[in-house]
Amino acid sequence: MSARDAILAEIRKNRPAGEHPLPAVPLFTPLVGDDLVAEFGERLKRMGGRIAEPGADDVFAGVRERLDGARVVASAVPELAGNRDLTAVARPRDVDDVDVAVVRAVFGIAETGSVLFTQDQLVVNAVAYLAQHLVVLLDPADILPNVQAAYLRPEFGQAAYAVLHTGPSATADIEGVLIHGAQGVRSLTVILCPRGGAAARG
Amino acid sequence: MSEELHPREAEGIVNPVVRAPDDESERGQDGRRLDHAEGTSKPIKAPAQREPQPRGAKIRGDRPIDQGEAAERFLAAPLHAAAHDERLWDLRRKRDTAAHGIPEWEELRELASQIKQHTLSNLDTYLEQFEAAARANGVHVHWARDGADHNRIVLGILRDHGARTLVKSKSMLTEECGFRHFMEGEGVEIIETDLGERIQQLDNEEPSHVVVPAAHKTRFDVAEVFARTLGTDPDNDDAHYLAESQRETTRPYILNADAGLTGCNFAVAETGTVVTCTNEGNADLSGNVPKLQIHSIGIEKLIPRVEHLGVFLRILARSALGSPITQYTSHFRGPRAGTEMHYVLVDNGRAARLGMEEFWTSLKCIRCGACMNTCPVYRRSGGLSYGATYAGPIGLIIDPTFNKRKYSTLPFSSTMNGSCTNVCPVKINIHEQIFAWRKVLAEEHQIPMLKQGMMKAAGAVLSRPAAYRAAIGAADSALKVLPRFAVYNPLNTWGKKREMPDAPRQSFHAWYRENRMKGGAK
Ligand code: SF4
Repeated sequence: MSARDAILAEIRKNRPAGEHPLPAVPLFTPLVGDDLVAEFGERLKRMGGRIAEPGADDVFAGVRERLDGARVVASAVPELAGNRDLTAVARPRDVDDVDVAVVRAVFGIAETGSVLFTQDQLVVNAVAYLAQHLVVLLDPADILPNVQAAYLRPEFGQAAYAVLHTGPSATADIEGVLIHGAQGVRSLTVILCPRGGAAARG
Repeated sequence: MSEELHPREAEGIVNPVVRAPDDESERGQDGRRLDHAEGTSKPIKAPAQREPQPRGAKIRGDRPIDQGEAAERFLAAPLHAAAHDERLWDLRRKRDTAAHGIPEWEELRELASQIKQHTLSNLDTYLEQFEAAARANGVHVHWARDGADHNRIVLGILRDHGARTLVKSKSMLTEECGFRHFMEGEGVEIIETDLGERIQQLDNEEPSHVVVPAAHKTRFDVAEVFARTLGTDPDNDDAHYLAESQRETTRPYILNADAGLTGCNFAVAETGTVVTCTNEGNADLSGNVPKLQIHSIGIEKLIPRVEHLGVFLRILARSALGSPITQYTSHFRGPRAGTEMHYVLVDNGRAARLGMEEFWTSLKCIRCGACMNTCPVYRRSGGLSYGATYAGPIGLIIDPTFNKRKYSTLPFSSTMNGSCTNVCPVKINIHEQIFAWRKVLAEEHQIPMLKQGMMKAAGAVLSRPAAYRAAIGAADSALKVLPRFAVYNPLNTWGKKREMPDAPRQSFHAWYRENRMKGGAK
């Protein structure tokens, strides 16, 4: 008997007694207030992320210093050109030298301060971890109230890879001292920027 | 805001001696000190005084583990004992704050429990559904009866691709399988990429906690390990320096690895998705950088549908860390273009456990560690004292299913206060199962006569809940600091015959006055 059949047979033999119906999951009232943008920002900050408003004539005003100081900028958004073309990357490891990656989130979650990406937004999945810093564009209209609402979205059944980022990479494995940038990005900044906004200068 | 986001700091400090005079943890955009991930709400810094790290239980083949002996050695290292106790109690407090912030908390626990019980009692169907969905997504699916099977299958996959190096993220399942040790013998280089797990790998130790693998080590221990293995400055014990050293030395392995492996927090039958919940981003690196990706999945990790993640994700990180979510929640469903993706579904005793009437619900466990953080015995003895892959209350009830003789004494390492059951997000009746194991092991003569005698006394009291509560003290006050009363009362076999080196000799009331009434604790 194959391992598969042996395991399934033992499971059938050992089926626990009693009825164990699958419960219906009610839609809970969101924990957050009506101002989803404010709630999102507050919770993102608590998870170590940063939040920025787009500047009047420069979407990236809040991270301009970081962008100007960067040698390699990989942009997956039309709002910024960058100098590393992600569509031309041969192997994921080749984005190891990226200083700042710029991507757009599918949506945000106010309850947790999370943003969702799939392989379509990231182009090279690894760039969201190998880059030193991550800048995320999020349309304020794309903020969902809670985690429960997020899991009713179709992306999870469609994308080969979908990931919720909540702030930057973090660890406190040494004496509980919180450190950002454990293996992944050292910072994550969300810019509240509507889709289809004007292209930034530079 | 309806949810309280910041626990009151003054509360709950148990060991002021290990509190940091200054604050090294990250601050947020608005200058507030942050305590997400597993960060303590007030960082711990051990005073600059060297104290060798107490090592774990002595393993002698199948001979019963003497947890008490190892616990004694841990308690004899006051710095380690205090720092460990403090850090995990902090996680427990953060968990309370997070749980109290959600009005539907109890409802979520009940739902999570019911969803798991439903899935486990139809596990064959859900596994078949998961397998079919994964295959349709282009994932190769393998089945392993036990740990040896798992290791052989992974080795086969690696050999097929000529892979000689593998980066992995934290996975308790691979610890169960002895994966790293096996691969060493096969000439495959395995690199742990989680900081805590890497520390443990470099020090040749098992993880001591399911969420914080190196919780039992001080910064001095880590500085010593890194100086010895990574060539860092032995006199620099700054946590930032040490973490950065690990990042810099691990990155080349990640970039050059032939394969990557992750564990699995949830496997969604409907979509064939593997979900991992991490803080460091290392599971995403393991899954997204190498050309070959492998996910090891315990068969009990199944849940029926994506919508159920909306229940489990809301309780997992809150129970584990007091955070609303982990930094990364990753959903792996299909291979990247030009790469291969493999799932290894592992039984390793789970199908058999399903048939154990009193113990099958232990399979609901989502490995949040809350029961460990709240357990006074665990906090004061360190995870390695259990000499098993799983420590703390959850370990007491699943370790004996792996080896009845070797782990026969573990169900006695409990004060039976029931706190583990109260915090468990999937409502496993942990303390009742601990007691049930004592009975089973006594009946099967796996435990010494002395403990069998004590079983009778404990049984008499446990059957009268009021008397039991009065005897043990079910309130938090009995948990926060482990009082002599709880350890040495005649019903508790854990403290029996063991005088703890530094335990003060005072009455419970004197202890209470000194510890509970000061520092503003209510
Ligand atoms: S038994 Fe419950 S509390 Fe303990 S680790 Fe498992 S899920 Fe968490």
